[in-house]
Parts: sequence; C-alpha cells; structure tokens
Amino acid sequence: MLKTITCICCPKGCLVTLDTENPEETIKGFSCPQGREYAIRELTCPMRTISTTVEIKGGLHPRIPVKTKGDIPKEKIFEVMEEINKVSVTSPVKCGDVLIENVLGTGIDVVACRDM
Amino acid sequence: MYYDLVVVGGGPAGLAAAEEAKRNGAGSVLIIERDKELGGILNQCIHSGFGLHVFKEQLSGPEYAQRFIDRLEGTGIEVKTDTMVLGITPEKSIYAISEAEGYMKIDAGAIVLAMGCRERTRGAIAIPGERPSGIFTAGTAQRYINMEGYMVGKKVLILGSGDIGLIMARRMTLEGAEVKAVVELMPYSNGLKRNIAQCLDDYGIPLYLSHTVTDIKGENGRLSKVIVSEVNGYDPIPGTEIEFDVDTLLLSVGLVPENELTRSAGIEIDKRTNGAVVNEDMMTSIEGIFACGNVLHVHDLVDFVTHESERAGKAAAEYLKAKKAGEKEEAEEPINLINGDFVGYTVPQKVTVSKVDKFIEVLFRVRAVLKNANVVVKCGDTVLMSKNHEQMLPAEMEKLIIPKKMLEMANGKDIEICVVKEGE
Repeated sequence: MLKTITCICCPKGCLVTLDTENPEETIKGFSCPQGREYAIRELTCPMRTISTTVEIKGGLHPRIPVKTKGDIPKEKIFEVMEEINKVSVTSPVKCGDVLIENVLGTGIDVVACRDM
Repeated sequence: MYYDLVVVGGGPAGLAAAEEAKRNGAGSVLIIERDKELGGILNQCIHSGFGLHVFKEQLSGPEYAQRFIDRLEGTGIEVKTDTMVLGITPEKSIYAISEAEGYMKIDAGAIVLAMGCRERTRGAIAIPGERPSGIFTAGTAQRYINMEGYMVGKKVLILGSGDIGLIMARRMTLEGAEVKAVVELMPYSNGLKRNIAQCLDDYGIPLYLSHTVTDIKGENGRLSKVIVSEVNGYDPIPGTEIEFDVDTLLLSVGLVPENELTRSAGIEIDKRTNGAVVNEDMMTSIEGIFACGNVLHVHDLVDFVTHESERAGKAAAEYLKAKKAGEKEEAEEPINLINGDFVGYTVPQKVTVSKVDKFIEVLFRVRAVLKNANVVVKCGDTVLMSKNHEQMLPAEMEKLIIPKKMLEMANGKDIEICVVKEGE
C-alpha cells in the first residue's frame, strides 16, 4: 500500500511517500537522511518527544518546562504524561537537570528546559 | 542616565541584537524588559522545534532563550526587568518606569526596537454572539497552562490553524482536555505541515477548512456552545451550521507587531507589515533607531528573528562607531523596493545601494498560494533577475538574495519585486 508521511524532523515538512510492502526500495520525497529514517520508523514504531511542565516550589513561576530528552514510543505518550505529572521539584533547578531517569523503561530521561 | 545602545524588549530579538551589538564594540548596552525575566514569548513556547538553523539542533522555546540568557554573563550588557518603556523621542530619549527605580529618563546613542507582537483578539475579527467567559487568545491560554499552572478548559474548539493554534490543540490534549476541532477560515492552513501531522493527525483532531465561528452561546456566564459555518470566500453559507458543545474557545487569528512606541517617536510605519519602514541595516526613518524581530514583521521561525536581529545589532554598533569617529555619512538617496503582483510586503523597504556590501537579503511574503512561479526583480520593464519556485505560501516567509551589481544596474531608480506564474 502506498503511504504518504509528513516528516516532522524540521519546519520544511517533506511529504515522504513509500510502499508499506517494500519501504526501503520505494521511499521518495525526503530531502535528508533524517527524513528517510523518520518515514521508515513511522511505519513500524512511531516515536515522539513530549514537552510539558511540572510543578516547581519556590520558583519564579509555579511550573517549569520539561521534555523527554529523546523520542519515546508514540503509543506511550499519555502514560509518560502521567509519570511526569507525578513529579514536583523545588527551586533551584538548572536547565538540563534530569528529573526522571529512564521514564517507564523507555531509556529516555525527562529533563528540565530552563534554569529556575 | 546615558547608554550607547538601549534595546527595548528582552525577547529573542532584543537578546540577539544586544549581544551582537556588544560583540561589535557598541560600548554600554542596556536591555529594557517589561516582564519579570528575559526570554519573551519563548518562555511559554515549551514545545520543541526551535534552533535548527542557529544551533543545528531542536530545542524547546525556554532552552533557546536560556542559551542567549547564559551568553549575557560577562558581556557587561545591563538588564532592567520589570521596567516599562512609556515613550521614545526622535532625539533618542527613553522614558521608562519601574517599581524599583521609579520614573526615569534614559538617553541613548542608538536604540533597537524589539518589542515583539501581540495577538489579535475576538474584537479584532468581530465574532458575533454572547460574551461569556472561556474565550482566550491561544497565547494567553498557553501562558496560563505552561507558566502559571492554570488549565483553561475541558472541551475546546480552536479558531485559526496557524502554528500557535495547532500547538495548543496538542498541548490541551496532553493535559487531558478534549479538543473537538480546529476551524480555519481559509481553504488552507497557515501552519507548518509538520504541525498538522504531529499536533492534529497524531491525536485525531479534525481540521475544518473554509469554516468560521458564526455564533457564541453561554450558560451561567461560561461558554457552552460555538456555532461554526462553512464559508464561501469570507461569507458564511446559511444552512451549513455545526454546533459544538464546548466550554473553551481559543483564538489563533493572527499577530500584530506592537508599535505604539515606534509611532510615538514619529517613525514611519509600513501599512503592509504594521512595522517600521527600514533600510538594509534595519534602520528606521529616524537615524540611529533600528527595529528587528516580530515588531518589524511577524516571522515564522525564531531562528530568522535571531538572524535579523543580529543584523540590526551589528548595524547599530557600526552606526555608533561612525558617530563617535565624527564621520558624517554622505550617502545617496535610498531606492524603494516596490511590491508588484502577488507580493504582500518586503523587508527592507528601502536600500541605499552604495552602502550594500556584496548583496542584500530581502524577506517577503506572497499574497496567494502559488505553484511553479517565478520571483522577478525588475527595474521599469527591464528584468534584472528571475528565480523559479515550485511552491510559495502566504504562511511561509520567502528570502531573496539580490547581488549588489543587480541593484547598481537599476541606476538609482526604484526596483520592483513581483511574482509571475509560469507560462504567463
């Protein structure tokens, strides 16, 4: 089956088409290696990063932005959100501080996105 | 109080302009920011996707801001936060006020305007209906959720499919709200394709193109129903009404450069961009006052804001150096860049040809979706250059490099930038 996938790797948003039966051979429309890899992985195991916030006590604001430091399986987005929502931190926090190690066994850490 | 350079606004534009000016020997530099911290709107843009051009990696908004804030250390650039600029004079005096320092007059050798933009509101697009609570601009909701920690609603409709609307559709969904639909007046989305994919398609949120909000109903003071109709052009088609039971409506219906201070200084404004008219150095109609970032024209990507603001910062530093050395510039009258067919605006609007180094970078937007069309630079009937584009969208800013020798060929006459469809 012929499939069109919008690449999300950069703002360009290439439309990559491939045959699901034979993706490696039929893939076209990408303009960089990342796009090629993204579209093929999208067929088998779609991955996403999540950006959200957690509670912070004693900070300039009540929330501090966090993200998964790499891609997690798309199907786990809401489970990971639940894990992140359990976290509460206390100021000071530095940008890049690990707030959850290896969230839900994905191998990916959740890190702070700013100093606060 | 005197500073060689005062930068009004501490968002991405102000930070980049101040740092680049300082690197190029601008002397004493002050950034004035009205919020309680630097970073501007990046602080609430917690999603990823910033920095691919500038840092060659994907950063979230706060991370992108943090890099510039960290770089300030040791530069000697001074910052006044919680400080509101009230007015700017053509002689480059700035009147500002803060709780800590009261009312102050700051004289500047040069000024960079970097105040950013504001969101258009319900009033600006005249949505009819009742006026219950639960109606927010998308950026306001974003700040409430991402910084202040308030969830704005449970069942949501979003009007406008620009990037902020799309990003908020995903954000509200992740926080447990049910986003019923994104509604777009135009027959196409003004958002990035990847945001349609990762913000709407990923979560099964429908996008209604050529539709708009035609009525709003409330119950006990809170929004309860939004009526959406299909449009023919801009006119709602009777009989196509769809009712959405929602408690929240987010408006992502455009951004307007925030130029009250620019106007108060008497700086010439371009009606098309709603920002100042600038030359190739980002200098406005008042010598020594520069503008950059979203206060000049609304950008798609913060990376482009950074790039433009560095140009403004560097030019401000060079202006200050020339002024100190007592050099009086003897340049010819600038030529105008005229907008021809399908071109909505250009930045810069004016160019002093003799001051151009090797080329100028012209940013512009087209007014319609154009496929297989040529961007043409003309002087009278003479075509100076022409470049084919597979596709151009109003939502995507285009960049055109015009070599100095092309500008010289115009011989002091204005040049026109237009788009000609292939085969016409």
